[in-house]
Amino acid sequence: MVELKLSNKEAYYQQTLENIPSKTPFSEFWRKFKKQKLAFVAFFFVVALILLAFIGPFITPYDITEPDYENVLSGPSAEHWAGTDAYGRDIFSRVLAGTQISLYVGLTSVLLGAIGGTFLGIVAGYYGKRIDSIIMRICDVLLAFPGILLAIGIIAILGPGLGNVIIAVAIFSVPMFARIVRSSTLAVKSTLYIEATKSIGTRPKRIIWKHIFPGTVSSIIVYFTMRIGSAILTAASLSFLGLGAQPPSPEWGAMLSGGRDYLNIAPHVTIFPGIAIFVTVLAFNLLGDGLRDALDPKIKE
Amino acid sequence: MLRFLGKRLLQIIPILILVSIFIFLFVHMIPGDPARLVAGEDATIEDVELVRKELGLDKPITEQYITYMKNLFQGDFGKSLKTNRDVSYEIGERFMPTFWLTVWSMSWAVVAGLIIGVVSATKRNKWQDYLGMFGAVSGLSLPSFWLGLMLIQLFAVTLGWLPSGGMDSWKSYILPAFTLGTGVAAVVARFTRSSLMDVLKEDYIRTGRSKGLNERRITWGHGLRNAMIPVVTMTGLQFGFLLGGSVVIESVFSWPGLGKLLIDSVAYRDYPVIQAEMLIFALEFILINLVVDLLYGILNPQIRYE
Repeated sequence: MVELKLSNKEAYYQQTLENIPSKTPFSEFWRKFKKQKLAFVAFFFVVALILLAFIGPFITPYDITEPDYENVLSGPSAEHWAGTDAYGRDIFSRVLAGTQISLYVGLTSVLLGAIGGTFLGIVAGYYGKRIDSIIMRICDVLLAFPGILLAIGIIAILGPGLGNVIIAVAIFSVPMFARIVRSSTLAVKSTLYIEATKSIGTRPKRIIWKHIFPGTVSSIIVYFTMRIGSAILTAASLSFLGLGAQPPSPEWGAMLSGGRDYLNIAPHVTIFPGIAIFVTVLAFNLLGDGLRDALDPKIKE
Repeated sequence: MLRFLGKRLLQIIPILILVSIFIFLFVHMIPGDPARLVAGEDATIEDVELVRKELGLDKPITEQYITYMKNLFQGDFGKSLKTNRDVSYEIGERFMPTFWLTVWSMSWAVVAGLIIGVVSATKRNKWQDYLGMFGAVSGLSLPSFWLGLMLIQLFAVTLGWLPSGGMDSWKSYILPAFTLGTGVAAVVARFTRSSLMDVLKEDYIRTGRSKGLNERRITWGHGLRNAMIPVVTMTGLQFGFLLGGSVVIESVFSWPGLGKLLIDSVAYRDYPVIQAEMLIFALEFILINLVVDLLYGILNPQIRYE
């Protein structure tokens, strides 16, 4: 009888111990995230894309810049899976090599925008008053130029080119990040534990980095992922308009723009880079949706 | 309501002033001498100085700003460097085509987005929902310029049903308006779905059900009406997305609007036109947001008393 009780207790402890790890925020997140099948697939796709961005330029079956005038605008075949462009270059190879450019532009521009926006958002939200209204008015002005227009205006000042596209898309992301981070800063700031930290005399800098910033991270991550998709789209649009990457760069938007003139005789030149942009942006958007659903405590299962 | 209107109008004045300063400074942010830019690469030093005087660039910057604003209120945006005609003339010609293009895009996008959103919310986790939401996220991820080119290839080149560009008849509107509206339809669908799902959880919906109202009446009559409040605000913001998107789409379809003019001007470095275009787009967006705010006040009486 006594022995049985003991083993019961042991089993109970065992169970409790097993339950503890599943209560950490990360495993909780992982458990919810795994349920979103599409987002889960998108996650692995994004990982594969990042790998491809590193190795893509080395595994192209053909040279991406060397023209081959014997093979101009030929359709998809066994030798050229996605056909060739107006210079006889293999489109599949160029799309593969272009992965690096699109991901690089998307990630760096959003990262720069996120750093700038997070800094401004936290400062505005934490200090409030004059600083807050100055920062938020600047954001209002930047947001008054809708969508891609702000980026085009910045390109008009800086001149065309891929580097300037990164700067333009970064600046264009700053006000949105600032607004989101500001509102989550305000939410964290009004909690009791921040009050307690302040009352024991912690310096503002420490409060911001140790207590407020971690509280805003989940909204930053979700918005960051969602923003990458639109940053890649914006950059590709700018290159398509001739304001970003210039030929012979295998940037997808620039490739599409080059294929425009041959649309009625060789539509494959525009089809394949477009599919590459679409699938990449779709993967980031699905991942962002999944992260939002997994990180947002308001969403019930 | 009048007090609410007044308050909103007062709130946008500082933004308008800041936007005008930003646009005024625009030409000064370009690396290099603006007077030389206007006079041209091969102008003599005397010519450049003449242009500087003419444009008032030799005066202090605050005085320049005041002159700039005075001219703006008289509808004087300067002269295009490319055509040497008044910028107001160039823009005036292009305003309506872009306006109608955005209006038609918005109209179909809102109708389609609402229908998809309502169907998805009421058929939650059924195939209609999955189809609708996958369609919406795909619509968000499609590069609009590519979609436009593919539609031209199919409907203009292969089938020959619709014109591939220009603005000649009502048929010319179909492809560009469809392309431009796709992204907005996707956002409206996603937003309507989540907003309606939140509303359908409310107590008064349960009350409606328990007193035996039919499901259609609950969804369309009680649910959607309340779900519309955030949807309206978000749709207003999407107007900005359309204005920006029109720049890209007009280039694809050779549409004689503001967007195409902007891209041509950036290529030509025609700064007076770029400056005026940025101002027009920003003004339009601020005004639309004001209208949306007022609509929001009408739909949701609570907000007026805040």
